[in-house]
Amino acid sequence: MRLNKSVVSWLYILPLVLVLVPFFVAPMLVVLVASVFNTDGFGGLIPTFTLDNYIGVLTSGLTFKLYFETIRFTALVWVFTLILGFLVAYFLVFHVRNQLLAIGLFLLCTVPFWTSNIIRMISWIPLLGKEGLINSALLKLGLIHEPLTFLLYSSFAVVVAYVHQLTIFMVVPIFNSMARIDKRVVEAAVDAGASRLDVMRLIVIPLSKSGVALGSIFVVAIVMGDFFVTKVMSGGGSASVVGAFYEDIGVLQYPTAAASAVILTAMLMLSVALILRTVDIRREITQ
Amino acid sequence: MSAAPDALSPAKTGARRRALAPSKGRRPWTFYVLAAIFTFYVVALYGPMFCIYVLSFQDLRGGLVFPMKGLSLHWFVDLFTQARTGDVAGAFDRSIKLAILVTVITVVVSLMSALAFRRRFPGDTIVFALMIGSLVAPGLVLGIGVGLMFNALGLPTTWWGSALGAQLSWTLPFGVLVMFAVMSRFDSAWEEAARDLGASRWQTLRLVIVPVLAPGLVAVALFGFTLSYDEFARTLQTAGPQNTLPLEIWSMTLNVTSPALYALGTVTTIISFLIIGASLGAIVWIQKRRGRRASST
Repeated sequence: MRLNKSVVSWLYILPLVLVLVPFFVAPMLVVLVASVFNTDGFGGLIPTFTLDNYIGVLTSGLTFKLYFETIRFTALVWVFTLILGFLVAYFLVFHVRNQLLAIGLFLLCTVPFWTSNIIRMISWIPLLGKEGLINSALLKLGLIHEPLTFLLYSSFAVVVAYVHQLTIFMVVPIFNSMARIDKRVVEAAVDAGASRLDVMRLIVIPLSKSGVALGSIFVVAIVMGDFFVTKVMSGGGSASVVGAFYEDIGVLQYPTAAASAVILTAMLMLSVALILRTVDIRREITQ
Repeated sequence: MSAAPDALSPAKTGARRRALAPSKGRRPWTFYVLAAIFTFYVVALYGPMFCIYVLSFQDLRGGLVFPMKGLSLHWFVDLFTQARTGDVAGAFDRSIKLAILVTVITVVVSLMSALAFRRRFPGDTIVFALMIGSLVAPGLVLGIGVGLMFNALGLPTTWWGSALGAQLSWTLPFGVLVMFAVMSRFDSAWEEAARDLGASRWQTLRLVIVPVLAPGLVAVALFGFTLSYDEFARTLQTAGPQNTLPLEIWSMTLNVTSPALYALGTVTTIISFLIIGASLGAIVWIQKRRGRRASST
């Protein structure tokens, strides 16, 4: 029996669609619908059409503070993971001469990715705390006379924990795109008189753009959609958008939470779409 | 390309010295700077984790920070016997079962999807966009959506139902992306040759595609297992009354201020390391066996 090619393709893709429709499309629509419903105050939803939830969210001064905080953390984490991830990938691809060693070091960087994020986050507590390793070391050296308090339960700790978790999302795609750069192109440029800076500026950076874009999507999406790192590492000092609607759910305010979720998801999708405009992701990753 | 004329020409040696990262000879100063940054990164990556492993072996007097107080397995025993810390053993059991389910489904579905995406078909960009959307959607939002949907349908949320689906919406896009990377090195000529020699579609898949892609499939399995085993945000609102392990850890980070928390961290990381070691070992073993076969024929 010869089947039409499109039908065969659809048979292969069907299982994926059968997961994505009920567990991505439908839940997102449910959240969208819940955002225009009323609540009875006990966790029940009253089907109506109201924009009060959105008005409530958008007119609250707290919302803007939350978004400002979340965007600030996203920007800081993005910059640090980008710089660190780029340098690490660059070192592995262009400076480690033994290919086997480069792969070994690359694996060394990826192993923690496969372990628990929460555990990796709390592992900073014995280091950064008031009586932690860093403070006791600095005190012993006589560099400071009182423990530094900004290290833990602060914005600093939040950024450290995120950079610790997410740099790998930059390293892997940038490493991939750099590894694909033809070394002869670099040699030709050098032979033609390009300086090291020129090679970096005119060859390496432009050709790793797709890796940077892919990594940025992961980092931006994860920081914007996350709440537990901010909650734990800031010690309650900072809040995040997702953290706020997690609290709304705690008090059964589903419609308010849903409205806030819709706004956040829209912003997130917009950021991702902007990044995707700079590069054809599908062509880059399927090749 | 021979090295000898290069070494003789002064212009060339000048160029070599200017090269970004010369493949031989003296290393530029940037090498040392970048090597220092890399070392710092690896130390910062592993250092804190090792701190909590060490601290989990304290005795009864132990606290959350250094210095170490005593040396014992007290907190590991505490972890599995104290009712205060919740149902850790049960959570372990559920998390591992769930991760195995997710792994099997992720491997099979990712392989099929990656095979489909090799050709263009009507609606492929829509499916691709849905996949990327599912990957970047905030986990907690998706979890709340699944939870509300199950409520509206009158279904109970369970770890093997709603949480399984919520986790798949995250592991599948990841698995397909990894499969894309694996597939980029797959030569479809082998597949065509099999078909030309009269193999059925199923035989081609079983005897050619799966064996050739085996190391990549192991990598997808590793992603599926670990992403599910550590998944938190999507599971929080969908797991129902019985917690998975990350949810247990989460509630401990908020309530427990003893090294029992670190002991749980040590135990769960040992499991992760076993899985990672087994997967990487399997990949190396497959490649070695392949190398031997290739050299003996």
